[in-house]
Amino acid sequence: MARRLPRKDVVIVGLGWTGSILAYELSRSGLEVVALERGPWRDTASDFNIGTAADELRYAVRHDIFLRPKQETLTMRNNPSQTALPIRKWGSFLPGNGVGGAGVHWNGQTWRFLPDDFRIRSHMIERYGEAILPEGNQIQDWPVSYEDLEPHYDKFERVAGISGKAGNIKGEVQPGGNPFEGARERDYPTPPMRQGYAQELFTKAASGMGLHPFPRPSANISIAYTNPYGCSMAPCTYCGFCERFGCANYSKASPQTCVLPALVREPTFEARTECEVMHVNLSGDGKMATGVTYVDASGEEWEQPGDLVLICAYSLFNVRLLLLSGIGRPFDPATGEGVVGRNYAYQTGSGSTAFFEDAKFNPFAAAGSLGAALDDYNSDNFDHGPHGFVGGANITCAYTNGRPILYHPTPRGTPTWGSAWKKAVHDTYQRVTTVGAQGSVMSYRNNYLDLDPTYKDPLGRPLMRMTFDYQDNERKMANWMADRCDEIAKAMGAKTTQIGRLVGPWSVVPYQTTHNTGGTIMGSDPRTSVLNRYLQSWDVPNVFVTGASAFPQNAGYNPTGTVGALTYWALDAIFDYLKSPAPLVQP
Amino acid sequence: MPGIDARQPNRKPPQRHASHSGVTRRSLLASAALLMTTSIAGARVVTKVLPWKPNEAYPVTPVVPGGYLFFTPAEATIVDAFVDRLIPTDELGAGAKDAGVTTFIDRQLTGPYGGHDWLYMQGPFSATPLPSQGLQSPLTPRQQYRLGLAALEAYCKESYGGRGFTELNSDEKDKLIAAMEKSEVQFKGFSSRMLFSALYTNTIEGYFADPIYGGNRDMVGWKLVGFPGVRYDFRDVMEKPNQAYTLPPVSMQGRAAWGER
Repeated sequence: MARRLPRKDVVIVGLGWTGSILAYELSRSGLEVVALERGPWRDTASDFNIGTAADELRYAVRHDIFLRPKQETLTMRNNPSQTALPIRKWGSFLPGNGVGGAGVHWNGQTWRFLPDDFRIRSHMIERYGEAILPEGNQIQDWPVSYEDLEPHYDKFERVAGISGKAGNIKGEVQPGGNPFEGARERDYPTPPMRQGYAQELFTKAASGMGLHPFPRPSANISIAYTNPYGCSMAPCTYCGFCERFGCANYSKASPQTCVLPALVREPTFEARTECEVMHVNLSGDGKMATGVTYVDASGEEWEQPGDLVLICAYSLFNVRLLLLSGIGRPFDPATGEGVVGRNYAYQTGSGSTAFFEDAKFNPFAAAGSLGAALDDYNSDNFDHGPHGFVGGANITCAYTNGRPILYHPTPRGTPTWGSAWKKAVHDTYQRVTTVGAQGSVMSYRNNYLDLDPTYKDPLGRPLMRMTFDYQDNERKMANWMADRCDEIAKAMGAKTTQIGRLVGPWSVVPYQTTHNTGGTIMGSDPRTSVLNRYLQSWDVPNVFVTGASAFPQNAGYNPTGTVGALTYWALDAIFDYLKSPAPLVQP
Repeated sequence: MPGIDARQPNRKPPQRHASHSGVTRRSLLASAALLMTTSIAGARVVTKVLPWKPNEAYPVTPVVPGGYLFFTPAEATIVDAFVDRLIPTDELGAGAKDAGVTTFIDRQLTGPYGGHDWLYMQGPFSATPLPSQGLQSPLTPRQQYRLGLAALEAYCKESYGGRGFTELNSDEKDKLIAAMEKSEVQFKGFSSRMLFSALYTNTIEGYFADPIYGGNRDMVGWKLVGFPGVRYDFRDVMEKPNQAYTLPPVSMQGRAAWGER
């Protein structure tokens, strides 16, 4: 039996990027805010100490700071005709855990989506006709535009200190930046990172081909910086321990670096860690949330009443919490009706590995978002007419690390062990680089999330079931991108190249990307979306849901920049809601 | 397999640091540094101050080589011989055996990895998983080694005229390992491919992980590729594109040369 606690104005589920930003802004306005986080407290000084942070085995291989599958995982299958089985060990993606969430272990690649991405369905039909849309798709326009989000992108970039070079300020194309980006009011808060030898070759080769390379925007920052919350960051040292690690240098933007030092000083804020939220509680008619029920580290159950419930967990777990709470109708692929779990999407990876005769790329001198990129083949920046697919990819030449347990490349055909393998590892490490394409994934009726009928978590609740595979549209796109990558790799002067295509069914085994999107999507119609354009639940207006679960489909970019922008966009709406608590959009 | 307890190490594993549960350290912290709300007994409450405490980082416990905590002496000899073929000692430097990989694997097996303690191990376990569904075996790494090494040894004794794995010549070992890798050899009661995968994966880990875990002795794995280790600052490298890095590697415990006089 849950014991009832005193009421709070705001109850936040999950203390990552979105939860900590909302907690700070709302408690600063004087509201009583409690954040419930199921993992441990983590901070830079103690948890990401420089003497212990650079440990590949512990963090990158054994997954020390990630959510442990024992605590919660998903079941997975490629299509509805199969039986889903639990993801017993993380592989394809790595959900975070604890204070800071996935914002602790991310690489820091911080993009704005392109203006066309927000109205991709309308845009593609206008330019190419309806026939270009793939079979079975549920592609939807976003209910917000790039222009709506621009000031909010800017706010997040300021808070995170993003290093980059603007390509378009107020409509004026800027040399050295990305000419395809949407118009921005002003440049990034800090200048771009230093680029390495491989990026020099890439930039030169791509420019020579008439493409438009630029240093990619980075949350590993180039110079010392103090953000609008008064939190200070230090210059990145290119240590090569970003993804899967906490940053010991205060160089990678994270909730720890950029928000928490200010947040914890707000007297009306309180964090409770190691508290697993079981479900959101609803009023008798199901139309209002009354708070949440959670279980603490000792196994005791508590009811936390609250006037406003903000669901700020990782995208996948936002979806599960709505399903477990009975908020919104679950999606049924058989009828196409229902909304929660609808439009789950992911991303494609493809590219070319370039082997040079003689180069010293020093891959260990790296950072999570060090790299040169180009957007000539992203979104609808090129003519899709001859290709017959929707979507695109951001193409990058980058080193995130040279950590040797997971990074010791050898040419195809090399034996996997023995002296010949050893020699190949020795000979190859310094002279290989990659040109990679991170591509969009559209939404389809048969890619969705629901509750698993068989497998349960330790608290007895059903695991979420993921039904996902790449569709023909994505395969066609990713494989076309691989050829573009290969052209660039050859132009860089590679002696040999190897194309990496998207083949076979999506598998949970090799790491691909932690860019899981959809499931609680935002939209203009409650029949095809869970949230309105302010991330407010259509069904329960005092519930807002942040994060990439709101994306109607996925773009060819890392999601965090857009997640941050949507959070500040929703924050303005939450203040409006507090003045006059009601649905902000009438269905 | 009578007489072989696949579930337990030979000896009680050393007490792992409490931080592996993530709970005890936090409990201590909560009592020492935080302002607690009295009514919420089981939650760790953070309010008004960051819960920083000096020397609070929890480093890993360094492995002290010598003896085995999980492997029997016979098992350790087989693992030594096996990993020595996967990464042999040659003109490019020490191989896996000489780098301490057997000790690395032994210590890993006594920790949370050895029992798949952090993984989802609830049944039912499907007999026919899709390859895309990944790990679906109920066997922990400790069980895989205990059962797998016994099956390998039984197979060798039966197929090579009573000789065990360590008594095969290098060519015979390599052929057998290659057959295990491709699932072309059947052991009684255990998947030869599963044993290969366990040994292969852990050998790569031990050869390239920080020496604090017992393998990668003298940072031989890092020297093989030219990885400088945990220097944590390569701004100097960024200033010199396409130039060889010449400083020797450093591990979490420094370098052996630091103690030389």
